[in-house]
Amino acid sequence: MNRVSVVGFAQSDCVRNTHGTTNGVEMLVPILAEAFERTGLSKEDIGFWCSGSSDYLAGRAFSFISAVDAIGAFPPINESHVEMDAAWALYEAWVKILTGEADTALVYGFGKSSAGTLRRVLSLQTDPYTVAPLWPDSVSIAALQARLGLESGRWSEKDMAEVAARSLADARGNPKAQRSGDHSVAELLDGPLTADPLRAHDIAPITDGAAVVILAAEDRARDIVPTPAVITGIEHRVDSPVLGARDLTRSPSTESAGAAVGIGEVDVAELHAPFTHQELILREALGLGDGVRISPSGGVLAGNPMFAAGLARIGEAAQRVMTGDAGRALAHATSGPALQQNLVAVLEAQA
Amino acid sequence: MSTEAPPLSEPLEIQFDYTRSLGPVLGRFMTGLAERRIEGVVGSDGRVHVPPVEYDPATAAPLRDFVEVGQEGTVLTWSWCADPVAGQPIQRPFAWVMVRLDGADTAMLHAVDVTSPEEMHTGMRVRVRWADEPVGHIRDIAYFLPVDAPDDNPPTSPAPPRTEHDGIMVTPIAASYQHTVSPEESRYLRALGEGKLIGQRCPRCEKVYLPPRGACPTDGVPTTTEVELPDTGIVTTFCIVNVPFLGQQITPPYVVAYILLDGADIAFLHLVRGCEADQVRMGMRVRAQWRPREEWQTSMRNIAHFEPTGEPDAPYESFAHHL
Repeated sequence: MNRVSVVGFAQSDCVRNTHGTTNGVEMLVPILAEAFERTGLSKEDIGFWCSGSSDYLAGRAFSFISAVDAIGAFPPINESHVEMDAAWALYEAWVKILTGEADTALVYGFGKSSAGTLRRVLSLQTDPYTVAPLWPDSVSIAALQARLGLESGRWSEKDMAEVAARSLADARGNPKAQRSGDHSVAELLDGPLTADPLRAHDIAPITDGAAVVILAAEDRARDIVPTPAVITGIEHRVDSPVLGARDLTRSPSTESAGAAVGIGEVDVAELHAPFTHQELILREALGLGDGVRISPSGGVLAGNPMFAAGLARIGEAAQRVMTGDAGRALAHATSGPALQQNLVAVLEAQA
Repeated sequence: MSTEAPPLSEPLEIQFDYTRSLGPVLGRFMTGLAERRIEGVVGSDGRVHVPPVEYDPATAAPLRDFVEVGQEGTVLTWSWCADPVAGQPIQRPFAWVMVRLDGADTAMLHAVDVTSPEEMHTGMRVRVRWADEPVGHIRDIAYFLPVDAPDDNPPTSPAPPRTEHDGIMVTPIAASYQHTVSPEESRYLRALGEGKLIGQRCPRCEKVYLPPRGACPTDGVPTTTEVELPDTGIVTTFCIVNVPFLGQQITPPYVVAYILLDGADIAFLHLVRGCEADQVRMGMRVRAQWRPREEWQTSMRNIAHFEPTGEPDAPYESFAHHL
C-alpha cells in the first residue's frame, strides 16, 4: 500500500492578539505562500484541501468558508473541514490519499483565540446536558485533573514546573514562540497559584495563530523534497465524555493510539500538552523514556494557537525528520477537556 | 504617506438558546431534579453512574435501571476559580469539584460555595443547595455547600431556565467577542462613511472585488490595488419578497437584487425601490440612493437602496458570466 509523507510545513507567529479577522485569512495567506515556496508546489498541484477551526472560537457561523478565500478556491476545489484541531483534518487528508482519490493534500488550521474569552468558550465542548450549562472553564477542569495527580503522588508541583522550565528554555530557539525564557524550577514554584493547584507557568498562553502542512503520496513525495517525512502510523482515540467516569490521571486513549501506531524508538516527540501535568500523563501513556527529546520547539506552553497547535506538532516533528535532526519522530495532538481525544503519529525519514 | 488607522473593531454579543430533547434517561434524571431527587443509573458492572449515562461505557448496552442516590457526597478533587466567567454557578471566587454522591460510583462536576481555598480539601463532605424553584434542569442544583453550612437564602445562582414542554431542556448561550474586520474591509467601511465605494483588484486575474477581501478567492493571492467605483450599476438577478416575516422593515412586495457596480466583478445584495416591483428586470440600470449625510456611518446602510436610472438595460451577454 502506498504511504503518505509530509513534504511541507509553515506556521504563523504565535501571538497574544492579532488585529486580524476571526476567519484567519490574514494569518493564512503568508504561510500558504511559504509552504508553496518551500515545496515548489502551487495551488493547482493540490488534490485535496482540509482545514480545522471553530465557529465558537470565531463567534460566527461558517467561519471556515471565509478562510477558503485564502486558498483561492476557483475553479472549485476538493475541500473539507473539521470542527476540531487541524491534526484531525490531517488525518482525513491522510485517508483521502490512501484511498487514491488524491496524491497531494494541503491541511491548515487557524484560531483567533483572543476574540472571545478562551477558557469560557472551551466549556462549550463539554456534555451539553449536565456539564456545559455550568460553564466549567477549561483551566478549572485541567486544575481538577492536576490535583488528582498531585494528591495521589503520581506527579509533583516540581515535576510540573520542570516541564515549564524546559519548554520555555527550548522556546528561546523558536522564533515563532509567544513565550520563552530562562527560569529556574525554584523561581517558577515561587509564583502564586492562579487556579489552585495551577500556577501561571502550568497553563498554555492564549494564542492567535495558524499552521499549514502539505502531504503527498510516498511515491510523489521524493520529487517534491529531498527527505520527506513518511507517516509510518497515525491513530486517534477518544475517552468517555463523562469526566467523572474517567481516571483523569491517565490517558487510555493516548495509550491505545500509541500502541496501535507502534511507537518503537523515537528521537523526538512533539506533544500537545496545554497544561504541564498533561505532558507527564502523555509521556507515561506513550512510554517515552529519558532518551526522547520532548517538544524541542517549546511545545504549546510556548504558544497554543487553538485548532492549529496539534497540526503544528505534526509539522514540527516532520520538520525535524526532513532536516535530518531526527531519524524518527512522534507527534501528538489533543482535543477536548482534560485530554479527552488524542491522536498519535510517527514519522521517519523516507528511505 | 499617511499612517493607517487600526482595523475597525466592535464588541459582538451572541445570544441564543439550545433547546434539547432529553430522552428516557436524562429525562428521568432531570424530572427527578425538579422534585429534588437525584437518580443514577446502574451500569452493566453494577456501578451507579451519576449523572446517568444512556449507554454503558464498557459494553454500550442501553441502561435503564435507575436508583436514587444521596444529596450529600465526597469531594474527590477540587480547583479554585478565582475569577469566575459569566454563566458559572457562583459569581464570586469559588471551588470546582468532582463530587461523588453517597450511593454513586462516578463523580459529577459542580461548584462549591466557600469563600477561600483554605476551606476546601479533598475528602470533604458537601451537600446539594437546591434552587428555590427547580424546573428539571442541571441548574436545579444551584451548587454545593459544605455539609454543615447553613443554606444561604435565596441561593446566589440565577434561577434555572424554565421550559413549557416536558422532556425538553433549554440552555441559554451568551458569548462575547471582539469582532474585528480586516484592514481592507476597514478601508472599505471608512470610505463608505465618506460616501465612497472602494474595491480591490486582484493582481493576477484583475477582477475587482467589492467589498475588498484581502485575498482573491480565485487565485488566493493578496489583493492590494484599490479601485474607487461609481455608485451606478446593474441588476444581475433579483427576487420579489412577498412573504412577511418577524423583524421585516419594509412592507412587501419589495425587491432584493444582486447589484453589480460598473467596473466591479462581484455583485452584492441590496434593495431596489423607486419603481413597482414587477418593473424590475435583469440588466436594469440602477443608481444608489444615499441616506442624508448626517445619518452616515461606516456601513453599507448609508445607501438606502438603488433606483432605476431610466437608461437602456445592459444586454444579457454583458453580465451572464456574473450570474
